[in-house]
Amino acid sequence: MLSRLANPARFMRLSGAVLPLLTAAAALVLLIGFYLALFVAPPDYQQGESVRIMFVHVPAAWLALLVYLLVAVASAVALVWRHPLAAIAAQAAAPLGAAFTLVCLVTGSLWGRPMWGTWWVWDARLTSVLVLFFLYLGYIALANAFDDPGRGGRAASMLALVGVVNLPIIKFSVDWWNTLHQAGSVFRIGGPTIDSSMLVPLLIMACGYLLLFSTLLLVRMRTALNERKARALQLATAPAASAPPHASPVPR
Amino acid sequence: MSAFDSWAAMGGYAAFVWPAYAVAVGVLGGIAIQSWRRYRASVRALDRLQRDR
Repeated sequence: MLSRLANPARFMRLSGAVLPLLTAAAALVLLIGFYLALFVAPPDYQQGESVRIMFVHVPAAWLALLVYLLVAVASAVALVWRHPLAAIAAQAAAPLGAAFTLVCLVTGSLWGRPMWGTWWVWDARLTSVLVLFFLYLGYIALANAFDDPGRGGRAASMLALVGVVNLPIIKFSVDWWNTLHQAGSVFRIGGPTIDSSMLVPLLIMACGYLLLFSTLLLVRMRTALNERKARALQLATAPAASAPPHASPVPR
Repeated sequence: MSAFDSWAAMGGYAAFVWPAYAVAVGVLGGIAIQSWRRYRASVRALDRLQRDR
């Protein structure tokens, strides 16, 4: 099924049909999520109202990891099978992942100040997420660093694959090291330890973030395919303009 | 203090809660708008090229 979807023309047709629905779903779920987070969820018995930062911080962290995993898998597919859509998907997803990582870092800092008494500590969790942010930036820079998009894409794909080692470090940093950051309370053996009055709004916000990411991924992939087609058309329709008038093969 | 004021005060954490929400909405909204604008531009450019053929 995936290989059928992976034909660019079919992808344009299907994504065009899905996009309005996905956009509406993302907007609706995010609205509900913000409403629950700001009005319905109770204040924490220790952290008071500052716990509301959790609803924008934790889903951003989940998406930061998930999107990186997607970039890495798509990069592997692009490297091994040279599938054109895989490279486009990876490059369309990376700036979105960087955005989620930035939101995670800044909101975490704004939560850390009142709860820990500091904006930032170099503990394992915070540092490994900062490394994730730089991996995203490095990937984006490499992908755009070459005139030949194929070469840039391959170099960036290698970086994405090497960076995968950072994902388990982020996930388990809070268990392996003594961190100021708390351990996970949702995806853990034995089930979530967080009360459902907070878990439900949290999961709805996470759905909203995921829908927003999916929408923007399709939008950015369609943009890349449009731009590629436009370049091909320009080359095909204006051969005289793109080549010098007296161009002749120069022997080397 | 009205109900709205006490809600907006966020139990004394307003200076941290509201900037956090502003950053989340600003960064994600910003990349959404940028993605959408670039998409519209790519559709327009492609239309123009296909009309000129």
